[in-house]
Amino acid sequence: MNILELSIHDLAEVYSRKEVSPVEVTKTYLKAIEDLNPKLNAYITVTEDLALEQAQAAEKTIMAGNQSTLTGVPLAIKDLICTKGIATTCASKILTDFVPPFDGTVTAKLRENGAVFLGKANMDEFAMGSSNEHSAFGPVLNPWDESRVPGGSSGGSAAACAAKLCAGALGSDTGGSIRQPAGYCGVVGLKPTYGRVSRFGLVAFASSLDQIGPITRNVTDAALLLGAVAGYDPADSTSAHQPVPDYMESLTRGLSGLKIGVPKEYFIDGLDAEVEKAVSQTIKNMEDEGAELVEISLPHTEYAVAAYYIIAPAEASSNLARYDGVKYGLRSEESSDLMEMYLSTRSNGFGPEVTRRIMIGTYVLSAGYYDAYYKKATQVRSLIRRDFDEAFKKCDIIACPVTPSTAFKIGEKIDDPLNMYLSDIFTLAINLAGIPGISVPCGLSQDKLPIGIQFLSDHFREDLLLKAAYNTEQISEFS
Amino acid sequence: MKIDRAEVEHVALLARLKLSDSEMEKLTNQLNSILSYMDKLNELDTEGLEPMAHAQPIHNAFREDEVRPSLDPDSSLSNAPERNESFFLVPRII
Repeated sequence: MNILELSIHDLAEVYSRKEVSPVEVTKTYLKAIEDLNPKLNAYITVTEDLALEQAQAAEKTIMAGNQSTLTGVPLAIKDLICTKGIATTCASKILTDFVPPFDGTVTAKLRENGAVFLGKANMDEFAMGSSNEHSAFGPVLNPWDESRVPGGSSGGSAAACAAKLCAGALGSDTGGSIRQPAGYCGVVGLKPTYGRVSRFGLVAFASSLDQIGPITRNVTDAALLLGAVAGYDPADSTSAHQPVPDYMESLTRGLSGLKIGVPKEYFIDGLDAEVEKAVSQTIKNMEDEGAELVEISLPHTEYAVAAYYIIAPAEASSNLARYDGVKYGLRSEESSDLMEMYLSTRSNGFGPEVTRRIMIGTYVLSAGYYDAYYKKATQVRSLIRRDFDEAFKKCDIIACPVTPSTAFKIGEKIDDPLNMYLSDIFTLAINLAGIPGISVPCGLSQDKLPIGIQFLSDHFREDLLLKAAYNTEQISEFS
Repeated sequence: MKIDRAEVEHVALLARLKLSDSEMEKLTNQLNSILSYMDKLNELDTEGLEPMAHAQPIHNAFREDEVRPSLDPDSSLSNAPERNESFFLVPRII
């Protein structure tokens, strides 16, 4: 048995037959991490002792016959989700020594479910970035081609998943940070509906957009992991009072009766020909499986990048005001008075992309510019949301590319922030509207790089996304 | 020109960031190109449109005002750069 080949639902099966122990599985992963992580840099912190302790506890649970779906399953947690007693750095110099005295709701749920924490996954600093090059702990390499980025900001989670350095991972998605790296690394990434998963203990970037979600090797695992972390949480007043369905029930073959909207605004100049071909072929295959295709229009798509890069930095500039060197995190030593302490702590602590976004955000919220930028962007956000509301009157899900190209080269866009922002063109609108989206592999380019397709649905219809993604997985040629 | 060097300096101070000369120069250029791109939004007539600040129609989330357990002072202060008993220490203010 090749332990590293077993995904989350495979592990549940072999554990229930007691064919392998969680301790052996965990040790195998820790060895793989030791071998590969120095190169890939997918983990910032490896929690070896905790993992072995959790694995031993899982073993007892299994021997007693009390296991749940995640008992003894080794996971990676993006390093902006608070883990009690384990450094949570947000890939930032300003939080390098921050050890949360509490668990986020999702990490608490995973612990209760008996999961094993292998470590904290690398990311772009404070989740701001599309390439994982903006990490204070160095870039992550794409396991498919080490000269390329794994995507971002959940680059470490996606790379760890693709390189089989974990059985599955949690990421977070503010403008594509789960779906885009999943697309670039050939794994499954699901951004749930805003409010589906508690954000308590998720270090805030843009609070009206942030959502935690699973990054996994297959759709079944995504359904399992989403089910384990979803649900209302009194500690997050924006989490939704909505029952959590059994997502496993969505994983059935056949798409008859499903109306798939194809938005013409997502098949534009600048979309790589190979990506276009793989996505279109997948949509065609879905039609063969019984789905009905509907042409739809999302007319305000081209305004999503501009609206997003006003709203997200505005919220970030406000959220990141808390890093002032007083209560936690870095405090610069070279300060004689309070103002000097703020200035030097923040300037020494934040990297260039975070600094840039705080500057944009502070500017668009400042006196004299608020109406022209922030208010305007929030009005455009209404238009974008309305586009989706109209579209979902005509179709059940939307199918489109997740990125305009396959993974780009490390260094290619680092000096051109606007160009980097534009690479998020197909993922941002989803967060602005608050709807869920899933990225699932649908093909390989000639350079042997994964291509992803994205499905979108109306609020709280993750069941439909999982169904579409499951069928895609069954019929696509991706292996 | 959307934003000049003096304005970048002002915004940096508002954001409590101290930037070097070369950082200031680079940021002025980058912010100009980013903010010019944002002009695209002016193609749209948004007169009278409701601004959307949030993705869910939640306005107030009320709950009973009950005493619940919270972090003890020691845990709350466990990450403090400097502390004195149950207080955060900061440089002299007055």
